[in-house]
Amino acid sequence: MSEKIKVLIAKPGLDGHDRGAKVVARAFRDAGFEVIYTGLRQTPEQIVNAAIEEDVDAIGVSILSGAHNHCFSEIMNLLKHNSIDDIMVFGGGIIPEDDVAYLKSIGVAEVFGPGTPTDDTVKFVKANVRKGNE
Amino acid sequence: MNLEKMKESFNKWKSDYNKKKDASKLRQKKFMSVSSYEPEPLYTPLDLEGFDYFEKLGIPGDYPFTRGVHNTLYREKLWTMRQFAGFGTAKQSNERYKYLLKNGQTGLSVAFHLPTLMGLDSDNPLSRGEIGKDGVAIDTLADMETLFDGIPLDRVSTSMTINAPAAILLAMYIAVAKKQGVAPEKLSGTIQNDILKEYIAQKTFIFPPEPSIKLIVDTIEYCSKHLPAWNTISISGYHIREAGATALQELAFTLIDGRTYVEAAIARGLDVNEFAPRLSFFFNSHNDFFEEVAKFRAARRIWAKLMKEKFGASSQRAQLMRFHTQTAGCSLTANQIENNIVRVTIQALAAVMGGTQSLHTNSMDEALALPTEKAVRIALRTQQIIANESGAANVIDPLGGSYYVEKLTDEMEKGVMDYFDRIDRMGGVLSAIDKGFFQSEISDAAFRYQREIEKNERIVVGVNSYCDGNNEKGGGEILKIDEKIEREQVASLTQLKKKRDNDKVKSSLERLKNDAKSGANVMYALIDCVEAYASLGEMCDVFREVYGVYEEPPMF
Repeated sequence: MSEKIKVLIAKPGLDGHDRGAKVVARAFRDAGFEVIYTGLRQTPEQIVNAAIEEDVDAIGVSILSGAHNHCFSEIMNLLKHNSIDDIMVFGGGIIPEDDVAYLKSIGVAEVFGPGTPTDDTVKFVKANVRKGNE
Repeated sequence: MNLEKMKESFNKWKSDYNKKKDASKLRQKKFMSVSSYEPEPLYTPLDLEGFDYFEKLGIPGDYPFTRGVHNTLYREKLWTMRQFAGFGTAKQSNERYKYLLKNGQTGLSVAFHLPTLMGLDSDNPLSRGEIGKDGVAIDTLADMETLFDGIPLDRVSTSMTINAPAAILLAMYIAVAKKQGVAPEKLSGTIQNDILKEYIAQKTFIFPPEPSIKLIVDTIEYCSKHLPAWNTISISGYHIREAGATALQELAFTLIDGRTYVEAAIARGLDVNEFAPRLSFFFNSHNDFFEEVAKFRAARRIWAKLMKEKFGASSQRAQLMRFHTQTAGCSLTANQIENNIVRVTIQALAAVMGGTQSLHTNSMDEALALPTEKAVRIALRTQQIIANESGAANVIDPLGGSYYVEKLTDEMEKGVMDYFDRIDRMGGVLSAIDKGFFQSEISDAAFRYQREIEKNERIVVGVNSYCDGNNEKGGGEILKIDEKIEREQVASLTQLKKKRDNDKVKSSLERLKNDAKSGANVMYALIDCVEAYASLGEMCDVFREVYGVYEEPPMF
């Protein structure tokens, strides 16, 4: 556990609203994480492939387009399909409460809405990552 | 004014003030605007020494238009209340438009769903999960016919928020009007058509910058011949601000984008006095009331000077800047959402004090989802209360002459000129985009703002202070987009693609390709294509093939 925690900040969906993704990416970097940002409009396949290739500990998914249910469930399915259980998935964006409940039910660890302090997100990831390995 | 006396009393005041400051009697160590600008505690005539009224302000309706573009401003005609709306299918959005018009709204503003903004048809795999989510799904002319069914296009003005494929949506609008029996010269409205701010901030780009600007100049040229009352572009700071820019950055980047379009149109051989009157602007209005008012006033003055002095525009219409304003979506909080009504009121009032031509007020629930009908109505009522009850619309530029507002207006202008110099030294806007200059300026500002909140240097009610009530379920219902819309939209597109005259589609797309390759104005071929019911995706595929696609290097 001594090496840096590696986080992939991913931006699926067709929207280009990358303010949140970039702010969160910087906060992780400042907190000592190794951060990879995918850039815009990545398909769930591209995101999961990048996560595997880079051997990350967590995927942070930022989406504001309204396509969250579709994108998250594809990502979770692909992880399952690849028998990966040690990558934590969390997310943020404009996601209504009812949908948050659904996303958690399919295995998303946490969803951070607008106004969440980046420190909360960082702390959460630190505390919950690499659980699958233990 | 006895300046000596003024200086004397100011100095005395300042030393008293400093004593309290040094004794830590002030509420805060730092007093700053939303944009982290630190104003002085007091402004006096000393800040405006040598202020030349006619050089800086002029009479409303006269150069340099600081006090407004119209000599009667809101006494003759209120601003246009224009709520941005669109979701689901064309039929659902058509119903929302009719509702808004019935409630006293005076212009339409169309939000398209992301696949349309990205030039993708609803049956494209990349569109999955996105259909009708944050705008209306438009694939072909058939959808556009439904969208405007029963809405006479010679009597409403329509603003369409569309950028990369703007020329195509304009062609569809012209074709729908023709079917309604409305001639192009009768059409009034706006296409956003501002691609530069997409590379800079909102990132809804498809093609590389150069061919994209060529498409924009095509629409400017076409409209100057056939749609004289159409606003060919809405040069937008809104999205730049939403991405995290400061008020000054919003203003500077928007104006230099505008300058770039004017240069491109002049390079095509168009007459500045002819096309410039149809350029319009679009700004954000955030919480810092005075900073926003100063921004709007400075915007008009800088643009007028630029048009007159740099581009030699001689007609007043070509010098004056008209703009639309939307309140700041990024200022809305997801906690205690009713508080957002108050934020929107302050922001809307700033836009009115800044002399806006039209205004969209955000709905309180937009930090959660698309707005419900009730939330939209309250937002519209907010404008109506400002217009009819506040007295704000009675007097032209009521803050003109305020020591603070005039000083801030001057500082905005100076700050914009500094940015112009920096960007010019980089080789202009396109090269600054290449270098990631705008993108990193904006993410730096966004990050700084977020840190200020987290370190409690900046108070946001319901976010880092006054959080009592945050656990209450706000608003109750939210608008949900039914998943079956996706299936319906895809099915109707599939059916249309079978039913239409596919030979005609093929030949019109062929013509489009030839025109795109030869560098001819593509508007004529586009109108042929849309009338043959070619889809948006098919037309964009032609452009993708000829022009290529743009990809942004990921950076943060």
